[in-house]
Amino acid sequence: MKLAPRLAVLLAAAVVTATACAPQTSDNSSSGKDEKSGTLRVWLFQEVNTKPKEKVVDAVLADFEKAHKGTKVDVEYIPVETRAQRIKAAFNDPDSAPDVIEYGNTDTAGYVKDGGLMDVTEAFGSWDEAKDADPTARQSVTVDGKIYGAPYFVGVRALYYRTDVFGELGVEAPKSLDELASTAKKIRAAKPGLYGIAVGGAYTYGAMPFIWAGGGELATGKGGSYASAIDSAAAQKGIEAYTSLFGDDNCPAAKCAGMGGNDTVTAFASGKAAMAIGGDFSRQAVEAGEVKGEYAVVPLPGVKPGSIAPAFAGGNNIGVLKSTSHRTLAVDLMKRLASKRAQGEMFDAMGFLPTFTDVRQRVAAEEPFVKPFVDTLAAGTKFVPASPAWATIDSSQVLPTMFQEVVSGKKDVGAAAGDAARKMDDAFGSAG
Amino acid sequence: MSVSPSGSGGAVRGSVTVRRGSSRRSPRPFGRSSGVPWLYLAPALVVLGGLLVYPVYQLGLISFLEYTQAQVSGGEPTTFQGFGNYAELFGDGEFWRVLLATVVFAAACVVSTLAVGCALAVLLTRVRALPRLALMMAALGAWATPAVTGSTVWLLLFDPDFGPVNRMLGLGDHSWTYGRFSAFGLVLLEVVWCSFPFVMVTVYAGIRAVPAEVLEAAALDGASQWRIWRSVLAPMLRPILVVVTIQSVIWDFKVFTQIYVMTNGGGIAGQNLVLNVYAYQKAFASSQYSLGSAIGVVMLLILLAVTLVYLRLLRRQGEEL
Repeated sequence: MKLAPRLAVLLAAAVVTATACAPQTSDNSSSGKDEKSGTLRVWLFQEVNTKPKEKVVDAVLADFEKAHKGTKVDVEYIPVETRAQRIKAAFNDPDSAPDVIEYGNTDTAGYVKDGGLMDVTEAFGSWDEAKDADPTARQSVTVDGKIYGAPYFVGVRALYYRTDVFGELGVEAPKSLDELASTAKKIRAAKPGLYGIAVGGAYTYGAMPFIWAGGGELATGKGGSYASAIDSAAAQKGIEAYTSLFGDDNCPAAKCAGMGGNDTVTAFASGKAAMAIGGDFSRQAVEAGEVKGEYAVVPLPGVKPGSIAPAFAGGNNIGVLKSTSHRTLAVDLMKRLASKRAQGEMFDAMGFLPTFTDVRQRVAAEEPFVKPFVDTLAAGTKFVPASPAWATIDSSQVLPTMFQEVVSGKKDVGAAAGDAARKMDDAFGSAG
Repeated sequence: MSVSPSGSGGAVRGSVTVRRGSSRRSPRPFGRSSGVPWLYLAPALVVLGGLLVYPVYQLGLISFLEYTQAQVSGGEPTTFQGFGNYAELFGDGEFWRVLLATVVFAAACVVSTLAVGCALAVLLTRVRALPRLALMMAALGAWATPAVTGSTVWLLLFDPDFGPVNRMLGLGDHSWTYGRFSAFGLVLLEVVWCSFPFVMVTVYAGIRAVPAEVLEAAALDGASQWRIWRSVLAPMLRPILVVVTIQSVIWDFKVFTQIYVMTNGGGIAGQNLVLNVYAYQKAFASSQYSLGSAIGVVMLLILLAVTLVYLRLLRRQGEEL
């Protein structure tokens, strides 16, 4: 018995405290309190190596406590894998919830719908640093025209390739998506032990640029009302381009259909692939692998030779919980954690790309590794629909299912895209 | 006038008995008050009520509401949906596909588990002490292995790149989890591997309790091994077989860990989803608790129906259980 008792026991436990027989609903309205002293609680994400991050954060907190007499900040670093449960639990039980949290930027709309995040539009608008936040980062904290947090860092993907393999075969880094496919197949033919480019059927964020490059969209619309556009002709062309990379001439479907983003990066790092789509945050993993020192990164090319495919702008934000009893202090802490200075220091410590265009340009000049990523960001990035339905679409694997159906030959591109569009519209519809 | 030693009848009948009855220990220690037995049952009832009835009630209740993360954390009000969740579920083609796959897969698992378990139980009675001990230990080892560990190890054994199975069979880098049936087959092997020991040990204990002379008589009459099982052992072991069958049906219908771990949450494009994993994806991965509850209720009803029908069939054949 896996599901029923787990849910039931959970609820039973919750209801023991409540007296009603209806399922629990917490009162997550804003507390209305705005205390000017006391303890603030902050949840940030654990990293593979959290130490450098702690150092940057501790400096920010020390300044904060100095500026506000009588305050104390408790920071907790929560594991990324269980963040969804932790943050849901925080929304469910405002009494033990933190005041400020770090959260993944694709979760914004869902958390807003859950009633967990506080609207900080006014504070963000009057924040002098906010004008330099790049537009995609700003979009990732915006739902229905209101702002629910401050962008903390961006993560973006580009094309990693093996310099030794490319040199040996005398090929150049691809200039267009067509060239990418032909180069990959050429390498696979010459070296059957290597995938030309490692791709994954479950690697949604690696596949999105293919859709966007040809002018396709995941969905169109604004605010609450989105409509899926995944079955448009342009999007289907992108799906076709991505799924054509699965096959014995590049990345055999039997192995690659089930792979996710981490699997493709692992394949590249362990020397099993000549190319892979990896993020600026994948650097440590690649450096720890066998290909250390024998790889380079270029922006993922677009359809036209020399262009750059729009990448997905991932990353994290800092937000204030609606239930906080220290509204003013929490907003100030959010601004300090996500300030230009803190983001610059965070880049030095962790390599996370700043969300402010000016800070980003400055750090790119100092660290050549991030240049292709900054170029990708500068060429324009895209974001997932800012709808609470996105969480449902993401967790019910709509896009991976679509790619896998095509890759495994169960459906053709049109049918798979049509089904995916229908599922997405269902989700958009029920999310209202 | 005779005094009924068995009590109550006499107690009502005559005044003499009543007076006499009062001078000796009453055969019904607590008299007529029916409250006392309930008092003794109370702890068990509280536990059952709290851990079984109440959760099932909540499960049923939630399945009639619109209850997602937004409702739990108070972002939106909880609303009554009537049979809305069920209508959504039954209107979804995927649900029926998953249900069919679950029924077929569970049936295959039950049949294979029972066949392997019974065959090995009979084998246990036919071999010497040392091989019996070895077989017993191996089976108990499989039984004691946590499902996650077992699944991971099986996956590694059949890994396309590093798995010893492919190397031994010379299959190159064949992927066992890519095809729908091959993935289900692989999971079936693991499920049978970790659940046959229960059947084997239970049936073995049953066989030991069958009088030796019955088996000897059958053997003297020239019955084959198969004939002895079919005509002597199976009928005598019927109550045990009923229990292990129902257990297996319930377990295999609700299989979760093996599918979740071995096919990475439901396989390529969800081809290996079973009901329990499907419910998990709905309820917990996408926080649609009410839809997940509806699936839970449907599973509960299916299992109840299967068990009741099965018991009824047996009863009609004249077996008291």
